[in-house]
Amino acid sequence: MLIERKWKKWVVFYLPMALFIVFTLFPFYWMAVTAIRPDPELYRTWRQASATPFWTLHPTLEHFKGLMQTTAFPHWLWNTMLIALVSTVISLICGMFAGYALARLKFRGSEFLGTAIFVTYLVPQTLLFIPLADIIRDMHLGNTPWALMLTYPTFLIPFCTWLLMGYFKTIPKELEECARIDGATRFGAMVRIIFPVAIPGILSAGIFAFTLSWNEFIYALIFMSSAELKTVPVGVVSELIRGDIFFWGQLMAGALLGSVPVALVYSFFVEYYVTGLTGSVKG
Amino acid sequence: MRVPVVTGAGSAASAALPRERASVSRLTRMLESEKLLAAALLTPGVLVLVLFIAYPFVMAIWFSLTSIRVGDPGEFIGLANFTKAWNDDIFQHAFKNTVFYTFWATIFKFALGMWLALLLNRHFRFKRIIRASMLLPFIIPTVLSAFAWRWMFDPTFSVMNWLLFHTGLITDRLPFLSDGDWAMWCAVLVNTWRGMPFFAITLLAGLQTISPDLHEAAALDGAGAWHRFWHVTWPLLMPVTLVVVVFSVIQTFSDFQLIYVLTGGGPANSTHLIATYAYQVGVASGLLGEGAALSLFMFPVLFAVVWFQLRYMKRMEGH
Repeated sequence: MLIERKWKKWVVFYLPMALFIVFTLFPFYWMAVTAIRPDPELYRTWRQASATPFWTLHPTLEHFKGLMQTTAFPHWLWNTMLIALVSTVISLICGMFAGYALARLKFRGSEFLGTAIFVTYLVPQTLLFIPLADIIRDMHLGNTPWALMLTYPTFLIPFCTWLLMGYFKTIPKELEECARIDGATRFGAMVRIIFPVAIPGILSAGIFAFTLSWNEFIYALIFMSSAELKTVPVGVVSELIRGDIFFWGQLMAGALLGSVPVALVYSFFVEYYVTGLTGSVKG
Repeated sequence: MRVPVVTGAGSAASAALPRERASVSRLTRMLESEKLLAAALLTPGVLVLVLFIAYPFVMAIWFSLTSIRVGDPGEFIGLANFTKAWNDDIFQHAFKNTVFYTFWATIFKFALGMWLALLLNRHFRFKRIIRASMLLPFIIPTVLSAFAWRWMFDPTFSVMNWLLFHTGLITDRLPFLSDGDWAMWCAVLVNTWRGMPFFAITLLAGLQTISPDLHEAAALDGAGAWHRFWHVTWPLLMPVTLVVVVFSVIQTFSDFQLIYVLTGGGPANSTHLIATYAYQVGVASGLLGEGAALSLFMFPVLFAVVWFQLRYMKRMEGH
C-alpha cells in the first residue's frame, strides 16, 4: 500500500500507540504495585525525596492475606460468580427463545415487540432503582441473591435477544426446513438444529452478559445489606472503607482479585467478545 | 451444552406412560402453530421485562407524584416534587454537571476512540495482544478501576502530583478531587479512559468492512491521508458511529458508579450527577418520592436519544 518514511511512522504510529498503551494500562499497573507495597511505604507523601512510587523493593502479600482473612472477600467473589452465572443463563434462555421467535416466526405485533424489547435495553438502571427496591422488598427478595439474579436479566435479556435475533437471521432457513421434512417439530428443530449452529453467537452473548453482571453496581448496592451476601464491587466499596479511612492496600488487592475472573473469561474468548460487541452494534 | 439435556427429556417423555404421551403430543401439536409457539417462547423474557422494567417505571411515576418516604406511604401531591427539584440549587448544579460530563466525555471518547481504531487498523507486531489489552478498561468493573484512579488522584499520596512535581511542571499539588471543577474534569478523564476502548473496537470493526480498494482509488486520484479519511472513511463509518454515540450518551448521562466512587458527589455537592443526587435523596435520606422525581428528570433526554435512534434505524431499514 502506501509507503511511509521511517521517522514519519514513529510520529504517526509508534508514539501515539505507546501513549495509548500507557494511558490504558497504567491504572492496572498502579493497582498491582499498590497491592504488593507494604504500608509504611504506601503512606509516604509525594514530596518525600525517598519515595519510589513506580516500584517497590519490599513486595508483600500482607494486603491479600488481610483481605482474605479479615473481610468476607471470598464470599463476595463466590456471590458475584454465582449471581453472574445464574443471571447469564436465565438471560440466555430467554434471549434464545425470544430471539428465535422474533427472527423466524410470523405473528401479529412482532415488529412492535422487537422495538419494545430494544427500548427496554436503553432504560438505565438509575431510572428505576428507587421503586424497584420497593418491589423487591414486597416480593420478600431483599437481601437474597435472587434479588439480583432476577433483576440483572432486565438489562441482559434485551441485548441477548437482539444479538441472537441477528444471528438466527443469518442461518439459512433450509436447514430447519430439512429437519421439519424429516419429521422434527418446530420446537425440536429450533433446539436441535438452530441452537447448535448458533453456538458462536450464544457464546458471545453469554460472555457479554457475564461481564455486564460482574460489573453491575447500583442494584447490588441497594438490594443487598448483609456483609457476606454482597458482590465484589459493593463489598469493596462498603467494607474496605471504615469511617474515613481507606485501606488502600487491601482495596487495590481486592480490585485486582475482583478483576481477574472476568479478565480470564474475557481473555479466553476475546474473539467472540469482539464479534459480539460489534455484532450487537450492527444488529 | 444444553442440547443433550433437551434430547434426554424428549426420550424420557417418549418412554413414559401412554397417557402422558398423549398430553405431550397435544403440547407439541399446539407448539406447531407459529402464533402459539411465538407466545410460548416470548413469555419468559417479556414477563421479566414487564415485572422489573415496565412495572417499576410506572411506579416511579406514581412515586414522583406523592410524598412517599421510607416507612410512610405519603399522599398525592401533584408536581410538587418536580417543582421542588427544579428550584433546588444542588439539582440544578447536578443537571449541569450531567450535561457537561456527557458532552465532554462523549467527545473525547469518540475522538480518541477513532484515533485508536485507525492505529489498530494497521499491521504491526503483537497486534492481537495489544488489541485485547486495550479493551481491559471496558471489561474490568468500573467501581474497581475507579478506585485505582481515586488513589492516583489522592491529595496526599497522588502519583500524578509526584510525577508532575518531579518533572518540574508544578510546584504545589493539584487539587484533583478536592475542587469541584477539577473533579468534574477528572471524572470526564476516567470516563473517557473507560469508554474509549468500546468506541475503538466498534469503530475498528466498521473500518474493517471498508474495502482497501476505495482508499487506493482515492490515493491514485491524488487524495492525501486527511482527504481520504474525510471523504472515504468518515461517511462509511457514519452508521456505526451513530449507534456507538447513542449507546454511550445513554450510559454516560445515566452514570452513577464512577462519581459515586470518585467523589461521592462532593466536595460540597459540587460533582453530583442526576443519578448520584437521586440516590442521595431517595436512598440515603429515604425521600422516595423526591428521589424518583429527580431520576425521572433523566427521562426526557433519554427518550429523545432513543427516539432519534429508532427513527434512524427505521430509515436504514427503508434503504
